[in-house]
Amino acid sequence: MRADRPILLVEDDEVDILSTQRAFRELDIINPLEVYRGCDEALTRLLDEERPKPCLILLDLNIPRISGTEFLRHYKSYERLRWIPSVVLTTSSNQRDIQESFFYQAAGYMVKPLDFKQFKEVIAQIHSYWSHCELPEPRD
Amino acid sequence: MKDNQPVLLVEDDVVDAMTVSRSFRELSISNEVIHRINGVEALEYLKGTERQPCLILLDINMPKMNGIEFLEKVKRSEGHRRIPVVVLTTSNDQRDKLEAFNLGVAGYMLKPMDYSQFVTVVKDIDRYWTISELPS
Repeated sequence: MRADRPILLVEDDEVDILSTQRAFRELDIINPLEVYRGCDEALTRLLDEERPKPCLILLDLNIPRISGTEFLRHYKSYERLRWIPSVVLTTSSNQRDIQESFFYQAAGYMVKPLDFKQFKEVIAQIHSYWSHCELPEPRD
Repeated sequence: MKDNQPVLLVEDDVVDAMTVSRSFRELSISNEVIHRINGVEALEYLKGTERQPCLILLDINMPKMNGIEFLEKVKRSEGHRRIPVVVLTTSNDQRDKLEAFNLGVAGYMLKPMDYSQFVTVVKDIDRYWTISELPS
């Protein structure tokens, strides 16, 4: 994962947005974190050819209008976008959500811990794993 | 990993397969490693077993059916497409990376030559898939 590539956070909960931003700061993760509060906004962003492709998407599931799994299904249908990995970050441990997310090729499914210290450890592990991981060089 | 299902290792190189098993032992990872030497045998395993793996570790360059061809088949299968696949390979080829991610891999790690670095990579994979939920 390249440090100059943005990471997208698709999340409608303001407290969770703040926690993720704080974890990024405290862990010195330098990838720009772009926040989208709705899946429609995030899709428009992904389809914008003028902007660099993100190296990773952190995706909440319970988002009004278009759900996280709908978003996954939709952007994975675009050939030029489907390589972008999404890690689900949610409060839902519902087996149906897990099954559906992996069906649409989520690259991980983390249940958000309520405690910030534990939440930060989850973000640290996601970052460590994707830093070891090779990604294709996108044609922006 | 999160549950005690086996990990399916698809790898034609005997030394690399032994290195994976050794690092599992060293890291006290209790999941059994089921080793198959190419895509054909790995598919046969998936089709014939009730013990589905919680994770597939996949090499790319293999005879008979390579990693990309295996991925195409697994991801087309309703029953198997949910199983996360992590590529573990020496191939630094851009085309392999793009094809693998287009087919929905959940990670692509280059095998380090050095054993202690290899253990670090396996440790990272184990930790990540321990905190991640898995489809049951």
